[in-house]
Amino acid sequence: MTKQPERIFIKGNEAIARGALAARCKCFFGYPITPQNDIPEFMSTEIIKAGGDFVQAESEVAAANMLLGAAAAGIRSMTSSSSPGMSLKQEAISYMAGSEVPAVIVNVNRGGPGLGDIGPAQGDYYQSTRGGGHGDYRHFTLAPGNVQEAYDLTIRAFDIAFEHRTPVLILADAILGQMKEPITPWTPEKIDDEAGRDWAITGKTADREKRLIKSLFLAEGELAEQNKHLQAKYESWTKLTECEQFETEDADLIICAYGSIARIAKSTVRKFRKEGKKVGLFRPITLYPFPSAQLKALAEQDKRFLTIEHNLGQMVDDVRLAIRTVSDSDFFPIYPGNLPTPDELEEPILKCLEGK
Amino acid sequence: MSEINEKLVFDKPEIIIDRATHYCPGCHHGIAHRLVGELLDEMELGGNTLMTTSIGCSVFLYNYLNVDAVEAPHGRAPAVATGVKRARPDHFVFTYQGDGDLASIGMAEIMHAANRGEKISVVFVNNTVYGMTGGQMAPTTLIGQKTTTCPNGRCETTQGSPIRMTEIIASLGGVAYAARGSLDSVKNIRTAKKHLKKAFECQTNGTGFGFVELLSGCPTNWKMTPLQANERIQNDMIPYFPLGVFKDISEDGGIC
Amino acid sequence: MSRIVVQEDRCKGCLLCTTVCPVNIIVQSDRFNVSGYKVAEVPESDAEKCTGCASCALICPDVAIKVYRTPKTKGGK
Repeated sequence: MTKQPERIFIKGNEAIARGALAARCKCFFGYPITPQNDIPEFMSTEIIKAGGDFVQAESEVAAANMLLGAAAAGIRSMTSSSSPGMSLKQEAISYMAGSEVPAVIVNVNRGGPGLGDIGPAQGDYYQSTRGGGHGDYRHFTLAPGNVQEAYDLTIRAFDIAFEHRTPVLILADAILGQMKEPITPWTPEKIDDEAGRDWAITGKTADREKRLIKSLFLAEGELAEQNKHLQAKYESWTKLTECEQFETEDADLIICAYGSIARIAKSTVRKFRKEGKKVGLFRPITLYPFPSAQLKALAEQDKRFLTIEHNLGQMVDDVRLAIRTVSDSDFFPIYPGNLPTPDELEEPILKCLEGK
Repeated sequence: MSEINEKLVFDKPEIIIDRATHYCPGCHHGIAHRLVGELLDEMELGGNTLMTTSIGCSVFLYNYLNVDAVEAPHGRAPAVATGVKRARPDHFVFTYQGDGDLASIGMAEIMHAANRGEKISVVFVNNTVYGMTGGQMAPTTLIGQKTTTCPNGRCETTQGSPIRMTEIIASLGGVAYAARGSLDSVKNIRTAKKHLKKAFECQTNGTGFGFVELLSGCPTNWKMTPLQANERIQNDMIPYFPLGVFKDISEDGGIC
Repeated sequence: MSRIVVQEDRCKGCLLCTTVCPVNIIVQSDRFNVSGYKVAEVPESDAEKCTGCASCALICPDVAIKVYRTPKTKGGK
């Protein structure tokens, strides 16, 4: 990669949009919803300047289906939304997973259920990691923890999408989307704009069979085969898990948290470390596939775990599944609607550290 | 002597795949497929076509036309086709949708694709019933028509009136061409093909969005013979869904 | 002389073709095809009457009819 020397001071939402352009995203389909509006607003002019196209769709349903169309055509494309809008996109995401087309979807998570609020939350973890629509499927889910990472992971998301022919979700939240930080933008050295040449619909030529992007498998045994194939694909992703470990080596207690909450928890961990308390942080960067192996390796070192999430307890299931044969995890919820400070995390962490 | 000079004057279009369809006897989808196929051949569009299929009986259209295709969720074909066209603007993109798909669950998508003036073509097959799912009431079901979900006949007071899509589409700004044809007679089939050709040309010459509704028979779900079904189109459908061209701006040089 | 060829394995016996023939020579045969449909045919005795207008082929929902025409030649019959 060629690092450009410049530093820019931008919001997380803009970093995602700029990352997409650096990854040569050519089509963007958006619909207004807070707190992700900076993304379609930025794209409405910038992707056109970059030689691409922008559509403000009539709904999130339509935006996601436009994405399905552009993805089927093998073109690097993206949509973004926020929690209530993500519910509407699930139909098309299920179809994209079923028909194996590459696309990048951004969810700037806000409070729920229902309209909830427009503040940060992590209530969409299950939806983001279990295949939020109908049917048995998963998609890749990346959870950036700062603005630079939002930029970097967006570029990665396009590569993963095309390499594995899958929708890739970037799960941010209102804090990350609206927070400004200096970042170093960069451009990937090599991008294959025609990466879909072997499968995308490009017009049937005399030298090949017609191509069909579909998720309907009616013939006997066909759907079972497809599900088996998808399952094998998802299993192959376990080697691609990523996480950040901070002060975990000699820690007695590991805090498990992702995204913005991991960042807040990191401040608390830093403070406790100064006081000599043996606390560490485990931050999954890939939420699906979940970095279970890395977590289990820590559990085998006889450490204790506390999962902190901005919801009522969702990722803690994955933490427990990962370490179930050797350990368990406590859980501390931050209720969506509240925004915690590092100080507020001290008490639950101390309690765990002292064995309650 | 005569055998030597004999010419084949009517045959399957090249682009139609040589296989039996799954449609019921007398179903008009086969006619609509053939008209589309003839035009793709005549206009030499086959190699450039990216087709968007929909949900309903015509979901298997991709088994009958030898072109690249993507299968859209129920009602979303105009949105999917928008994505395809924006991604590959040099290609010929069309959707093929039934009345349940287009006029009910996909109402938002068709209205806005039309209003944006997407450079796509839409083939809308209206047979006043949900065929694939077993003959339920559609948004185009006629008043008094019996279906499995209005067994006593569609009642205007509680179930509303059949929607005239072509008239609605014609009223939208982005639309270059909107017409309604019928597949019940030789004369109407010939006219329907002219409508389709015009709609396709609106895309190939960059004029804009083209929409053609085709009144079609569904003998099975109307519980009629194919011959009775064709009579019903003449006697009941055409009086409510008048045939003709409702908008054609191609003559005026098009929209930007 | 003109003639039609009904591809019998494609014919579904809907009989729409029989309603549009200007010389009324297409009828339902006694033969069932592999799908169990009684196929349409032009009886041998009426074959000469076909005008090659292709109306039957135009209305056939199953693209099951081919139409052949022989142009009139000088001194032809």
